[in-house]
Amino acid sequence: MVEAGRPFALLAAFDTPERLVEAARAIRAQGFGKVDAFTPFPVKGLEQALDFHDRRVPAAMLIGGIVGGAGGFLMQVATNFDYPLWIGGRPLIAVPAFMMISFELMVLGAVLAAIGAMFIVNRLPRLHHPIFDADGFDLSADDRFYLAILADLDFDRDEAGKALAALKPDAIIDVTQRPRS
Amino acid sequence: MSRDLAAADRVLRLPPRFPAPRAWWICFGFALSLLAVFFVSVAWLFGHGPGIWGNNIPVGWGFPISNYVWWLGIGHAGTLISAMLLLMGQDWRNSLNRFAEAMTLFAVTCAGLYPVLHLGRPWLFYWMAPYFNTMDIWPQFKSPLTWDFFAVLTYLIVSTLFWYIGIIPDLAAARDRARKRRWKMFFGLGALGWRGQATHWARWQQAYRLTAAIAVPLVVSVHSEISLLFAAGPVPGWVSTVFPPYFVMGAAFSGFAVVSMLTVWLRWMLDLHTLVTLRHLNMLGYLLLATGMMTAYGYAAEMFTAAYAGGKEAETLFDRFSGPYAWSYWGAIAFNFLPLQLLWWRRWRQWPITLFLIGLSVTIGMWMERYMLLVSSLYRDWLESSTGYFHPTFWDWGVFAGTIGLFLTLFLLFVRFLPIISAFEVREEAVDG
Repeated sequence: MVEAGRPFALLAAFDTPERLVEAARAIRAQGFGKVDAFTPFPVKGLEQALDFHDRRVPAAMLIGGIVGGAGGFLMQVATNFDYPLWIGGRPLIAVPAFMMISFELMVLGAVLAAIGAMFIVNRLPRLHHPIFDADGFDLSADDRFYLAILADLDFDRDEAGKALAALKPDAIIDVTQRPRS
Repeated sequence: MSRDLAAADRVLRLPPRFPAPRAWWICFGFALSLLAVFFVSVAWLFGHGPGIWGNNIPVGWGFPISNYVWWLGIGHAGTLISAMLLLMGQDWRNSLNRFAEAMTLFAVTCAGLYPVLHLGRPWLFYWMAPYFNTMDIWPQFKSPLTWDFFAVLTYLIVSTLFWYIGIIPDLAAARDRARKRRWKMFFGLGALGWRGQATHWARWQQAYRLTAAIAVPLVVSVHSEISLLFAAGPVPGWVSTVFPPYFVMGAAFSGFAVVSMLTVWLRWMLDLHTLVTLRHLNMLGYLLLATGMMTAYGYAAEMFTAAYAGGKEAETLFDRFSGPYAWSYWGAIAFNFLPLQLLWWRRWRQWPITLFLIGLSVTIGMWMERYMLLVSSLYRDWLESSTGYFHPTFWDWGVFAGTIGLFLTLFLLFVRFLPIISAFEVREEAVDG
């Protein structure tokens, strides 16, 4: 059964976030490329330990905000040229009056882009993931913090296993992909 | 520390093993009966038109718009508690933010329904949106009514998303905690496959914090915008530059009042004493007192500017003191600011019953304020001919009670089926110590 799938990752379970962060640092220092962790809540210091430098979410938010704000403003300008409404002695292009909607659409564009980018880059939603097959994987537990060496093309189970065992984790767990049927 | 962890675990188990089914059913039955009133009133409205209500020229707005402002204001407190306190690193918010945000969603839903119901031809509400149409026309973008459409729609979408990405990690934990298959399916679908990967958390935190940062100015802009519905009109009692901050403060005040009531109620019904401690009640008392005194300052500023302006403005001010709607002015002052003064003492802040009753009093007082601002300005303006009294009818009260039923129904469903406290943030805090 289990042998049927390709390896997905090798997990090492730790019982505190501090030990996980330490272990992550040690494993990164040994030059393993694809290292990640699975934790029930965000762990302070883990981003630095894993050398996380992804700025795509803030960048998407900035772009979304600019597109939303500029688009909102230009929409009002364009529609006023298309169907001029001369109201209350205001000029046709009444900039202060357009600011409210420009601001709201700036916020809307920024938030939709940020949250949308978060989902897309994280590849969510998905219905299943190999990690859910790992023994005892439970996000509601407070003493299971997993360090993961993800399997890439030159993944060596024994080398990864030795490196993780040296950190004295509570358990080492093999995670495999489910075979495609 | 471990006490908090155990309490957070209990939050995740609340839906499958609900501790107070009887109290919940009693509340839910009450909510459903009010919801029935809502459906009957709205059906009657659709059949007979807004003529069944008391609003008519000159008081064309009446209940629908004053209740709309009231509901929307209540909603703002959830975003403020959640987003503003998150950015300021106030971790005690973790016990309150989830259900406060849920309150926001449901209050904004009730608010959003009112202008649509008020349209007369509610099925044409989408005419507010700019879309290419065979009539070859566009919305009037220089009108606060159009700003309003964009503000409320943006606010509803942003607060829904903020609440939802905030609850995803807890749905995932509840999925893993659940034993029965149907709960696993329910939470699992909601959790969208969340697996707590460190890189996911990092991006999640970026998105969550940035959304919080932009949600705070959004709240201020939305309620300022609502105040411009009034302040941009040349009506004595409305056309005043003090309105935007005055409305925002009043909104936060009324919202904190409702959050206080909900907190006391949930704490009692679900025995959440470990997570919602006396410190939280104390903090809510402070928030209520602070925003209340700011609102009181708004009253004073508004009074001063009207008296300083003189003429019709001052006349409207004095009419509020002693005219036919004086009950709403003095009622607002009494309900908003008199019981509030008890909160200067720690003893009263930390006593759940007083906090609940003061919250109730403020909720009523702020409702009177919205009513007073709207009706006492509209019923007589510059021309003698445009004078006419407003009297709410049975159906006015029916729709109003109905929206309360809608709010309670949605909120009770949330309490019954979802993690009502941000368990993962409580755990993060407990472990960080």
